[in-house]
Parts: sequence; C-alpha cells; structure tokens
Amino acid sequence: MKEKERTSVIKVSGVDFAYDRQKVLRNIEFEIYAGEFAAVIGPNGGGKSTLLKLLLGILEPDAGKIEIFGSSPLEVRNEIGYVPQNVDVNTEFPITVLDVVMMGNKNRHTGRRSLLDRMFPIRYNDIEKRCAYSTLEKVGMESFIDRKIGELSGGERQRVMIARALCAHPGLLILDEPTSNIDAKGQKRIYTLLEGLTPELTIFVVSHDLSAVTSYANKVIYVNRESYMHDLSEKPLSIETPEGEHFCEVEMMQMLGERR
Amino acid sequence: MMEIFTYDFMQNAMIAGILVSFCAGIVGSLIVVNRMVFLAGGIAHSSYGGIGMALYLGIPIFLGAGIFAALSALLIAWLTIEHRERIDSFIGLIWAVGMAIGVLFTDITPGYHSDLMSYLFGSILAVSKSDLYAMALLLAVILLLVHRYYREILAVSYDSQYASLRGIPSRLVYTMLLLGAAMTVVVSIKVVGLILVIALMTIPTYIAERVTRSLYSMMIVSGILAAIFTLCGLLASYIFDLTSGASIILVSATGLMVYFVVSAIYRRILYSTEE
Repeated sequence: MKEKERTSVIKVSGVDFAYDRQKVLRNIEFEIYAGEFAAVIGPNGGGKSTLLKLLLGILEPDAGKIEIFGSSPLEVRNEIGYVPQNVDVNTEFPITVLDVVMMGNKNRHTGRRSLLDRMFPIRYNDIEKRCAYSTLEKVGMESFIDRKIGELSGGERQRVMIARALCAHPGLLILDEPTSNIDAKGQKRIYTLLEGLTPELTIFVVSHDLSAVTSYANKVIYVNRESYMHDLSEKPLSIETPEGEHFCEVEMMQMLGERR
Repeated sequence: MMEIFTYDFMQNAMIAGILVSFCAGIVGSLIVVNRMVFLAGGIAHSSYGGIGMALYLGIPIFLGAGIFAALSALLIAWLTIEHRERIDSFIGLIWAVGMAIGVLFTDITPGYHSDLMSYLFGSILAVSKSDLYAMALLLAVILLLVHRYYREILAVSYDSQYASLRGIPSRLVYTMLLLGAAMTVVVSIKVVGLILVIALMTIPTYIAERVTRSLYSMMIVSGILAAIFTLCGLLASYIFDLTSGASIILVSATGLMVYFVVSAIYRRILYSTEE
C-alpha cells in the first residue's frame, strides 16, 4: 500500500526544540502510519527523550508542527497510551495490579461515573473489573490482578504498565525504553507482545536496544539532533545519517555502546 | 489507675490524641508515598514563625501558625514544582528562616513566655474544647477530600507524570497535599508539638506501608497505629510523669522496633517452612 493512502498517526514536520538556547532538536521530520511498529534510536543526549516529551505534549516545539491523528498531542490525549521507563517506578508503593491498570481507564477521571461510583470512588464496579481483567489477559498477567505491584519482576511490572496504557483503548502506544533493566527472556516477551498488538494499534518505541528494534520494528527513526527515517520493510537496516555517515547494524551498536 | 479516665482534661487529651492520630495517619501516608517527608518537616518547623508572630500581635496561636504554615506550604509547592533541582536548599532555607522569625518575634514580645516549649514538644493535657472542634473539623475535611478524590490522589501519588497525561491536575493535588500537611502540623501542635509531629506522621505509616496492599488500607492502618501509640504514650506520660509529646514519639519508636523484631522472626519462620 502506498503511504499516501494510509492513515497518518504521527506527523512531525520541521520541528526545532531548544532548552535555554541550546538546540536539542533541529528540523525533525517523519511520519508514522496506522498499524506500524516504529522505533526511535540514537545516542544518549541525542534528543530521543525530548522528542518523546514533544509527542506526549509535555513540551511544545519552538518551530514546526506535531500532529497526532491530525490534531495536537494534547487534543488527542485519550488516544495515546503511554508506558514510562521501568526505572521510574516506586516498587514499595502499596498498590495492587488492579489499581495500576485502572489508572488508565478512560472514564475514570472524566466525571462520567454513576452516582454510586462517585460516592464510593475507592471500590471498582463490575464493568471496571471486567475491563481490567480483559486488558490484563492481553498481556498475560490476569492471574496477578490482586498482587502488590512491588512483588512482581521488572518484566511482569512492565507488562502491567502496558495493560494500563491499553485500558484506555488507545490508537497509538508510546513506550519509553520498555525493556531497560529487564532480562533477555522478559525483553523478548515484551517485544513479541507489542508485535502482536499491531496492526490494530500503532506502536512507537524509544529504545537504545538496536537488536530488538531491528527484529520487530518495521520503521526506524534515527535521532541525533536531526532525524533520519528508515523503512525496514523496504530494505534491511543500513542507515545513512544526515551527516552523511553510513551505518550498518553492527556499527550502530558499537557507536551506541561508546556513547552510553 | 482508672480514675484518670474520669478527668475532663484527660478525656479531652484522649479525644485529641485520636483525632490528630487519624489526621497524621492519613496525611502522613500521602506524604510518605509521595516522598515529601522533608517538605513536611520544613513546613512544620517554619510554622514556628507564625507562633512568634501570633504572640507578638496578640492573635490566637492556631490562627498565626495556621496562616504561616499555609503560606510556607504554598511557597514550598511553588518552589518545588518550578525548581525541582534545588528542593533541598529551598526547604532548608524555609525551615531555618521560619524558626528564626519565630524566635525574633518572641524576643520582642513583652512579657515572659513560659509555654513556648509546649509548642515545640506539645502539651496534650492543655487541650481545650475549641481545640477539639478544630481537630474534628480538619479530620472531617481530610476524610471528605480523600474519599472524594481518592483515585486522583492515588494516580498522582503513584505516577504523577502519567496522571498529568491522563488530564489529572497533578500540581493542584500536590499543593493540596502540602496544605494538608501544614494543617495537620498546626492541629498537632498541642498533641505532640511542631518538632515531634513528623515522627507521628512517619513511624505508623512506615509500618503500615509494609503490611498493607493499598493506599486506602495504609491510611486506615496508619491512623489506628498512630492512635494506639498516642494513647499508650499519653498513659505512660501520666504514670511516669513525663512530657506527653516525647512519650508518644518514644512509644511509637518502640512500636517500630517491635515491628522489626516480629517481622524478622516471621520471615525466618516463613523461610524455614519453605525449605
């Protein structure tokens, strides 16, 4: 299918961003279509996290435009599922898997609750519980629904975070380093899970894990101040950066290793 | 021994102890899970400035400390939201400046202030009926807000960035938490005092965090534990003629040690049966 005929999910055109006059991103350009599995790679300090914040609407670009489903990121907030980095989670927090998943529920914070639910916001009604259960089933974590989140392994916890994002039935899932601090087996399980969610869902992953990216993603965006997009479905990974450098997978991994 | 329960001042003290314990248990749980204990400490100490100013101006101590604590909480909320990288320096500054203001205003206030120490370490036996009303009102407000906005508070406490992305006003919730801490500190002045209140907000919650599976149950368990520690401390202070605030905190610390010992024994038994 030609790109013109497909639905655009993320469209970034000519985006510049600077922190205190220090330019972090310059003329970022790429477009992601519905059902694609896209990955952003690049060295630390190259602007990957900034790009993620721009896509989530946490930051606003100095120049250029970001459109998600044709609107600004904040306007389509409920259409975006977000999975933060694994390291940001407080493991001692007294909270169950059910509580965490329910945070993603679309209707929870929008006031569309019945009077009984408003009077007793602490309890979950049957519809909410069924929604949480079916979402956890998608990530293979339904048997953990009443477990405390701190009792889970890193990989299990990350699958719960994916379930939380899926609970709102988003059209786009954005993940920040989904497999950091997770063992190889857990990493494979997460990427296989994400791959299984396409093409119904568009996946956008920020990762430094190039080997995982090439096995599962069909589009790679290399970001190091500027951006370069590569369609893996058309040809194997061999990236030519805007600076004219030419990378194959092994070279890229070495480069990332050196900068890390 | 039983006659102590017949005294009016003792009954007031026990009711005050229970009311403040539940305020401290609920707000303390939120402060602990949001890693804001140092912030609450800053607010508690800086509200001494309000006590000094209230003495100088001749207005009620609760009012002076309340306004000062609320302003400190708002200032800390603003500074920590806008400049997170310098939190520790700002809190240290507000902590010390607040106390210095309190000391200076006390110095320039004519007359002798024999009960100054009681604001720092509590004087639970001097609790009046109007103090009890203030404590009951605060507990009612806290219960109402926490019950109504439990899910929003839970979301912000667990993952504030995610909560913001879901459209929850995290900054407002964060500011309300600090204001809740400020008001809890103010009503606790009579019970354990400004300096010791942080222990009442953290020791029971430390135990509760480890034995509960939800924030809701953590708040209830913290409140119950704080009430038990407060009543035992009060009883100990009466029997051995000790300062009530210090007795309450030391009973709480003993309770924490008992928890450590019991949980260590429990873990050992659990591992030996698993083997």
